Amino acid sequence: MAGFSSQHLLGIKHITKQDIELIFDTANHFKEVINRPIKKVPSLRDITIANLFFENSTRTRLSFELAEKRLSADVINFSANQSSVKKGETLIDTVNNILSMKVDIVVMRHPDVGAGVFLSKHVNARIINAGDGTHEHPTQALLDAYSIKEKLGSIKGKNIVIVGDILHSRVALSNIFALQKLGANIKVCGPATLIPKHIKSLGVGVELNIDKALQWCDVANVLRVQHERMDIKYFPSVREYTQLFGINKARLNALNKDIVIMHPGPINRGVEITSDVADSKQAIILNQVENGVAIRMAIIYLLAEQIKNA
Amino acid sequence: MAKKKLLNKNAIAIILQRLACQLIENHNNFADTVLIGLQPRGVFLAKRLAHIIQNDYQVKDLKLGQLDITFYRDDFRRREEPLAANTTSIDFTIENKKVVFIDDVLFSGRSIRAALTAVQSFGRPSEIELLVLIDRRFSRHLPIQPDYKGFQVDAINQEKVLVQWQEQNKADAVYMVS
Repeated sequence: MAGFSSQHLLGIKHITKQDIELIFDTANHFKEVINRPIKKVPSLRDITIANLFFENSTRTRLSFELAEKRLSADVINFSANQSSVKKGETLIDTVNNILSMKVDIVVMRHPDVGAGVFLSKHVNARIINAGDGTHEHPTQALLDAYSIKEKLGSIKGKNIVIVGDILHSRVALSNIFALQKLGANIKVCGPATLIPKHIKSLGVGVELNIDKALQWCDVANVLRVQHERMDIKYFPSVREYTQLFGINKARLNALNKDIVIMHPGPINRGVEITSDVADSKQAIILNQVENGVAIRMAIIYLLAEQIKNA
Repeated sequence: MAKKKLLNKNAIAIILQRLACQLIENHNNFADTVLIGLQPRGVFLAKRLAHIIQNDYQVKDLKLGQLDITFYRDDFRRREEPLAANTTSIDFTIENKKVVFIDDVLFSGRSIRAALTAVQSFGRPSEIELLVLIDRRFSRHLPIQPDYKGFQVDAINQEKVLVQWQEQNKADAVYMVS
């Protein structure tokens, strides 16, 4: 069996289709593990992992922490709003201080694009990118693709639309890379102001009409409207956004098929998606969360495997 | 590479019948017993024995599972080649049951040590036994011995015992490779 081709998981762009398939195969086994009466394996009992969150996160941090604990790793947590970062320490200093405590793997979320790549060049640890600014969020894309595969059987040839704030979304970019490597057709849909200018150069279609987009797709991945990343007004009002791009039952009932609804969370109920859709059988939002733990266990396991015991 | 046949198809068939009978002697109708084949190669043996027990001796409701020990191995991060996991499927309770581990070759005993840890994730069995087709004496790293053994082999370290099953290799046979 070939191992994982990279020493880090910094983004989907630089890993191969074979890597993604290896992660999925490994995640299948971990999904079985986390449904046992005792949901834990001892593989990583001599590995220490630091979760460095320089930006707020609830589910990603919990999901990583649970994945690490289910693998029996020792875990230390760090969040920027209660640390020396506020006192002026640089990123490399912060991380090197943590690494002198003999840490093997760093899981990092950071508001700056490329923070993971930067770190991987300057410190001696395996880096997992848990989201870097508006750039990539590889584990989210992998769990999204895994959930689609689980629901539909395969990804090749499926039509997938990503709806909402594409401009500020690291989930969108990582999803595009992952799903394209697995052979899906991708369109993005949202207000023209929130569609990046050169998105077509990635081989992605643009559709500004949500009803046409839904009619075309097998899966709609609905993104959150990220008010916190918007420095200016990108659309006139939340109410108008909801009317033009919100996913509701009426829109889904008008289709002649059942499409799969996804959302990376946290949901703004009543804004990008209505409650009756989010809680319907078509939605696999909670499956995504469960699969997130299995996927993250697989990634951590595959990277840890490369750290040879001296 | 020299390859010497230790057991042929007929010899294996006789051994499987004997092992099945020994299991029935100790476990009657298997009401409180479950069989667990260890992945990857113990599963073939476990399925064969289950087939004999069910068809030749009319035991109904025999519970058969398969257990993968990859995540419990003690050589993780100590091997050159990455390890690929296999499917675990135990869709019954093992709490207070007698568990019989089934594997093809008992060598160092390390896989069995891992299996003893792995099976605890599914509950607390009342007891655990070990059945192997081939027992390689004098090669144990751990104090683990089989309760049922098909055939005993005295092999030195460089020699390997190779078990082939019809399901995978067209014919049942056991070879010594040196």
